[in-house]
Amino acid sequence: MRERSRRVTRPMQVLIAVLVGALAFAIVAQWREDEQRDFAGVRGAELGELLKSLDASNQRLSRQISELTATRDELRDSTASDEQAEEAARKRADELAILAGTAPAAGPGIAVDIDGGQEVMTAAVLLDAIEELRDAGAEVLAVNGTARVVANTYFLDDRDGIRVGGRLLEPPFVIEAIGDPHTLDEAVYFRGGLADRVETKGGTVSVERRERLTITALADATDAQYARSASTDPEETP
Amino acid sequence: MIPVIGLAIGIVAGIVLQPTVPAPLQPYVPIAIIAALDAVVGAARAIGEKRFDDRVFVVSFVSNVLIAAAMVFLGDQLGVGSQLSTGVIVVLGIRIFANAAAIRRQIFHA
Repeated sequence: MRERSRRVTRPMQVLIAVLVGALAFAIVAQWREDEQRDFAGVRGAELGELLKSLDASNQRLSRQISELTATRDELRDSTASDEQAEEAARKRADELAILAGTAPAAGPGIAVDIDGGQEVMTAAVLLDAIEELRDAGAEVLAVNGTARVVANTYFLDDRDGIRVGGRLLEPPFVIEAIGDPHTLDEAVYFRGGLADRVETKGGTVSVERRERLTITALADATDAQYARSASTDPEETP
Repeated sequence: MIPVIGLAIGIVAGIVLQPTVPAPLQPYVPIAIIAALDAVVGAARAIGEKRFDDRVFVVSFVSNVLIAAAMVFLGDQLGVGSQLSTGVIVVLGIRIFANAAAIRRQIFHA
């Protein structure tokens, strides 16, 4: 190469220093710029592409939002109607439990005290009395506070008393009935009714009306061995 | 010695002043830096081969930067800015690697 190049002049050295310094300065500046990571350095076309893809994903996401909102509203509605159905079912179950005698019941009613020996009260008389009370609208019935009278309760004369649904009850008998107290009262005292029949045999009947009568006696819940609901799907029945 | 002082001053100034690259120059500065680095590495190789020429260095430095910036500008105008700047960086990168390999051979003889 040229021999002159061996000797670098001072002005040239300064110029080189300026160039190298400028390079270092630019590198540092660019370095810091890169750490900021904004979109200032992105070209127009790339920005356009970026904007377009953002736009597309924005649309997609807003569509997703509306879909999910619809699904959520649907689920909320169905939850509400489920709750209503559950409420109705629970109410019905409570009513059926009272009817089946598997739940305690309370309400206005009467308590009929029947004094008299075994010759006065037979199963037939007790059954008639129960039927009269039912006829008068008694909703819940119990005898002596221990035997709940339900649909499949039977009455049977026994040596020491009367067997009601399998429980042996001894005199004196108390029939508790929940219903309209006035009507029930009349059902006991009408001509030829319970009071007449008991008193002709030498017993006494007294009726006590109560604002609130609580019957806690429960009937034994039994599963039907033979009977099946006829409305169930025939394929389900064995 | 003076160039080393210039390098130090440039780095310190960059850190102290915390400059931001002006928006119009944004696409050109990275390319210009690579081009200048190519010139610097070439100069380092020339020093190692004891044929460094200050005039050549100054001219190649300035022209490298200008040509790189001009190519990027042209590419932007033609709508192929990103592709062309990638191409420029690839070419300059190859040159930097070649020069670095020459320096390596001189120092380590390998």
